[in-house]
Amino acid sequence: MESGLKAAGISLAYDQNTIIENLSTSIKSGQITALVGPNGCGKSTLLRGLARLLRPKNGEVLLDGKAIQTIPTKELAKQVGVLPQAPVAPEGLTVYELVAQGRYPHQGFFQQWTAEDEEVCREAIAITNTIELADRPLDTLSGGQRQRAWIAMSLAQKTPILLLDEPTTYLDIGFQLEVMELIEKLNQERQMTILLVLHDLNQAARYSDRMIVLESGQIVADGRPVDVLTAELVANVFQVQSNILIDPDNGAPVCLPFATVKQADEKSKKLIIENGNVKEMV
Amino acid sequence: MAENQPFPRPNWITIRPRLLPISWRLDRRTPAILGVLFIALAISLVMSVSYGEYNIAPLDVVRAVFGVETNDPNHILVVRSFRLPRILLSLLIGASLGASGAIMQGITRNDLADPGILGINTGAGVVVVAYVTFAAFPVNSLIPWLAFAGALATSALIYGLSWKAGSSTLRLILIGVGVASLGGAAISFLITRMQIDRAQQAYVWLTGSVYGSTWEEVQLMLTWLVVLLPITFLSARQLNTMGLGDELTIGLGLRLEVQRFVLIALSSALAAITVTVAGTIGFIGFVAPHIARRLVGPSHEGLLITTTVVGGLLMVISDLLARWVIAPSELPIGVTTAIIGAPYFAYLLYQRGR
Repeated sequence: MESGLKAAGISLAYDQNTIIENLSTSIKSGQITALVGPNGCGKSTLLRGLARLLRPKNGEVLLDGKAIQTIPTKELAKQVGVLPQAPVAPEGLTVYELVAQGRYPHQGFFQQWTAEDEEVCREAIAITNTIELADRPLDTLSGGQRQRAWIAMSLAQKTPILLLDEPTTYLDIGFQLEVMELIEKLNQERQMTILLVLHDLNQAARYSDRMIVLESGQIVADGRPVDVLTAELVANVFQVQSNILIDPDNGAPVCLPFATVKQADEKSKKLIIENGNVKEMV
Repeated sequence: MAENQPFPRPNWITIRPRLLPISWRLDRRTPAILGVLFIALAISLVMSVSYGEYNIAPLDVVRAVFGVETNDPNHILVVRSFRLPRILLSLLIGASLGASGAIMQGITRNDLADPGILGINTGAGVVVVAYVTFAAFPVNSLIPWLAFAGALATSALIYGLSWKAGSSTLRLILIGVGVASLGGAAISFLITRMQIDRAQQAYVWLTGSVYGSTWEEVQLMLTWLVVLLPITFLSARQLNTMGLGDELTIGLGLRLEVQRFVLIALSSALAAITVTVAGTIGFIGFVAPHIARRLVGPSHEGLLITTTVVGGLLMVISDLLARWVIAPSELPIGVTTAIIGAPYFAYLLYQRGR
C-alpha cells in the first residue's frame, strides 16, 4: 500500500477558472516539502486541493492509496491537518480554548474533554512555547504569538501530516524564523510530514527537504533545494537575475536577487521553458 | 517539555466523573452567571405577575401560582388564567429567539445576524398575511403551521439562492437581507388589499404581541422547545468549530454543508415557532447572544444556555415595560423590544466604528 498524500492527475479550478491542470505529485512521509512559485502560480490552490478544501474537477487526491473523498471526514481529520492562511478566531477566545478545539475529530458527544485531550493540548502548548499565553485571548496577541497558537491548535489535532498555507506571511523576520524553527522541530522530534506554501525562497531552501516549484499551475522543478534553487530557475520562474550562494553554516543554497530580467532576454528564457523542462537544464 | 513552567488555569471547569465514561468542559463563569440570571428571572417573573390593572403583593403572587388561597379570592384566577400564560409565553419566546439568534450568529460568524435580519420572520409573516387576506374564513389553528412553513420555506429559499458550488455565509446574509426587503414589500402590499378589520389584526400580529395569550400557546411553545433546545445545546462543539472559518471546519473533520444546513433549519424552526404564537418580534435574537457573550465568552457550551436564559429574561422585562409604559393601555411587545434593541444595535456599531 502506498503511504502518504498523493495527487493523481488533479485539475483544480475556481468556477470556470482552471488554476491547475492534470498535476501529479506525492508528498513523501517524514519530510518537509515546500511549495514555492510566483504569485498566482497555484501553490495555495494545490495545497487547498491536497487538504480537501477544494474538490478536484478531475483526478484524485489519495491518502495511503485511498481516495480522500471515500474516507470519513473525521477519520481524515485525524490524518491530515490543515492551517489556512491568516485564520480568524472569535473575539475573546483564549489560546487554550483554541488549542482545545483542535481535538474535535477525536471527540464524541460523551467524551468531549478526556484526560488524553488535556494531555495532548498541554503538549501542543508546551512545544509551541505558548504556556504563558495560554489564558490570553487571541486578539490580544502579536502576529507571531498568534501564529504559534494556531499551530498549537493544529498539533492538538495530532495528525501525522500537516499542511500549512504561508505560515510566515505577515510576520516580521524574527517571528518568521521562530515559526520555521518550530516546524523543523515538529518534523525532527515528531516525524511529522509537513507541506507548506512559502513565499521566501531562502526560507524554503533552508528548512525544507524538498522544494516543489510551480509556475502557471505546472510543476517546473522538484527536488532537493541545492538542486532546485539555481540562477536559471529563478530567472525563468520569477523573472529575476540572481546569484546563488551556499550558506557556509548549513549548506543550503541562498538566492541573492540583483535585477529583474530585461525584456530582451526574457524572450530567450521563455524559449528555454517551452523547448524543454527546467529539470533538464539544472 | 516545560514541566517546570506553571501551566495557567484553564478558563473552564472540567466535568469528568471517574465512574462514568463522560467528559465535558464548561466555561468557568457559566454556573455563577446562570445562578444570577435565574434569580433575576425569578424576581422579574414575580414582579411582572404582580404588576397589572390592580397590583398583587409579590408573596401573594407566589401563593397564587402554587394555588394557595390568599385573602383575595380573585388572585388565583387573575394570576393563573390571565397573567401567567402571557408572561410564561414571553419567557419561552425570548428563550427561543435567543437560541435561534446564537445559532445564526455562530454559523454566519457575524454577530449582527439574527433570524429577523435573515428574513425568516418576514417569510412567516408573508405566508400568514397572505392566508388571512385570501382565505374566506381564516382558521386560527392553521396559522402556527403556516407561519412555520413560511419561515422554513424562506430560509430554504435564502439558503438555495446563496448556493454556488457550496454555501457561503456572506452570500447568505446579503441574499437574506434582500429577501427580507422583498418580503416586507409583499406584506405591505397584501395588507392594502385586506378588509380593514383583518388588516388591523394582521398588523398587531406582525408587530409582535403576546396580548391574550393562552395556556394552549404556552403548551405549544413548550413542546417545541423541549425538542429543539436540547438539539441546540448539543450543537455547541459544531458551532465552536464553525467559528474558526470554513477551511478549518473542514480541516477539523466536520461535514460543513450538512452541519450548516441542519443548524439553519434548527435556527429557523426556533424563530418560526415564536412567530406563530406572537408575530414577529425583533432584536431579541440579536441582543441576547451579545449580552451572553459578554457574560460567558464565545464558547458555545456555556453561551447557548446563557443566551437562552438572557433571551427569556429580556422578553419578560420587555413585556412588563409594554404593559407599564402607557398604562392602562399597552404597547405591542415588538415595540418594546425595538426600544431596547435599536439603541443597543446603534451602540455596537458606534463601538466598532472606533
